[in-house]
Amino acid sequence: MSVQLVYLVAALCFLLALKGLSTPRFARAGNLLGAAGMALAVVTAFLHGAVHNGGWILVAIALGTVVGVPAARSVKMTAIPQMVALFNGVGGAAAALVALAEFHDGPLLFRVATVLTVLIGSVSFSGSLVTFAKLQEIMTTRPVVLPAGRTLSFGVVAVSLLLAAAVLVTSSSGLLVALTVAGLLLGVAFVLPVGGADVPIAISLLNAFTGLAVAASGYVLANTLLIVAGTLVGASGTLLTRMMAQAMGRPLTNILFGAFTATAAVERGAEERTVRSGTVEDVAILLGYAHSVVVVPGYGLAVAQAQHAARELVTLLEGRGIEVSYGIHPVAGRMPGHMNVLLAEADVPYEQLKELDDINPGMTSMDVALVVGANDVVNPGARDEPSSPIYGMPIFDVDRARAVVFMKRSMRPGFAGIDNELLYNAKTTMLFGDAKDSLTKLLAAVKQL
Amino acid sequence: MIDLLTIFVLAAFVGFEVVSKVSTILHTPLMSGANAIHGVILVGAILITGAAESGVQVGLGLLAVFLATVNVVGGFVVTDRMLEMFKGHKR
Repeated sequence: MSVQLVYLVAALCFLLALKGLSTPRFARAGNLLGAAGMALAVVTAFLHGAVHNGGWILVAIALGTVVGVPAARSVKMTAIPQMVALFNGVGGAAAALVALAEFHDGPLLFRVATVLTVLIGSVSFSGSLVTFAKLQEIMTTRPVVLPAGRTLSFGVVAVSLLLAAAVLVTSSSGLLVALTVAGLLLGVAFVLPVGGADVPIAISLLNAFTGLAVAASGYVLANTLLIVAGTLVGASGTLLTRMMAQAMGRPLTNILFGAFTATAAVERGAEERTVRSGTVEDVAILLGYAHSVVVVPGYGLAVAQAQHAARELVTLLEGRGIEVSYGIHPVAGRMPGHMNVLLAEADVPYEQLKELDDINPGMTSMDVALVVGANDVVNPGARDEPSSPIYGMPIFDVDRARAVVFMKRSMRPGFAGIDNELLYNAKTTMLFGDAKDSLTKLLAAVKQL
Repeated sequence: MIDLLTIFVLAAFVGFEVVSKVSTILHTPLMSGANAIHGVILVGAILITGAAESGVQVGLGLLAVFLATVNVVGGFVVTDRMLEMFKGHKR
């Protein structure tokens, strides 16, 4: 009874943690409260449940801490999304393992819960590993559709369902292991066709999946805390996924399965297309004598660790009486809100960060749009070309500014692997090179004016 | 079993309700925080390992304890680091 009471307190902590994380003021306190609830629940479970193997359990917890804490501490802010994906994946794997270890010939509902935990948990595990590989750019970030992709995916789904039904009927642990393997394949098949820029949405959905797997494992163990906490994460994660998809301006089904249905992007002829490349001095003059400038930072800025250089340049321009603002796209970086985190790290004042609706209406009177390491979020194709894979995603209409400066390492397309018409626009000046390097040179050049 | 289903349904509604009005800048920390919370599977992993009888069960259970611990501690630490960045820039 007292254990149940502790679980209730822990569940309340989790609930308040999620509530706190939804408001800027209480976000950090909420996270700490969640951690406190977790500690309470884990200690209680250990004291009451670890009848055997107590020493080994402590060793496993110590090992997990030794791996988890340094990984979370040392990860660069730019690599946070793939770290979250990994943590999510191991959580899913843990749920599947719990159900595998606990499987026996129980009542039907018990078997249903076991099958769900194993299936969803293993999908979440392998799916998360693929999202990690995509974000880490270990593998291609483009949507991967195998030659017989659709047939293959349907095949895996069918086999998984058949195996699930077979386990329900026969209670065979061998078949349950086979179901685990099928689940792992299903996770891979599910995430492969998702394109680079959409991967965060897939992570968010897999996060909700792990929550559901944990909830299902709560039925397996008849443990209310697991049911409540897992369901909270499953439900809030599903809603969060939908909100993220809305921020991208596209329905969820299009993001997940778009690669199967999308007509191949129109191949543009191999004719030579001219790009205007400028010198640092050209750009310095353009910026130094402008009245209004909008800076659109992207992942490239973060990778080059150029946040501080960007902030210095903005301060310098403001000193010359120029109106400067940062245009922060909801999905700039690798995840919604990621760019806000990165710029906050560089002490950019919160008030200078402007959203789409603040910037776009005044874009036509903007003298210069300085795009630093961003690409997809300013691609006019998302607005004008229905055949574009990112069609429908809201963008900064920088092509409507009087002049555009693109700071880019190369002509390589962005993370989503889509060509950008804007690069060939007559208004556009390209400044090739590492973002930090270019910004530092630009800073010196503007000072010379 | 009906009791457990009741809990599930109620928790689902609460889960939807609790994040219904979150601003874009908090999407990433919220996802990460929720990610840490589903690490509560650690409780389940400890319970089954503590009651395990066969060697296979102990092995699977301990692996689950290890993975769930990574999920929990990593999840909370990484979320805290993210939120630390917002310090001093509140609305």
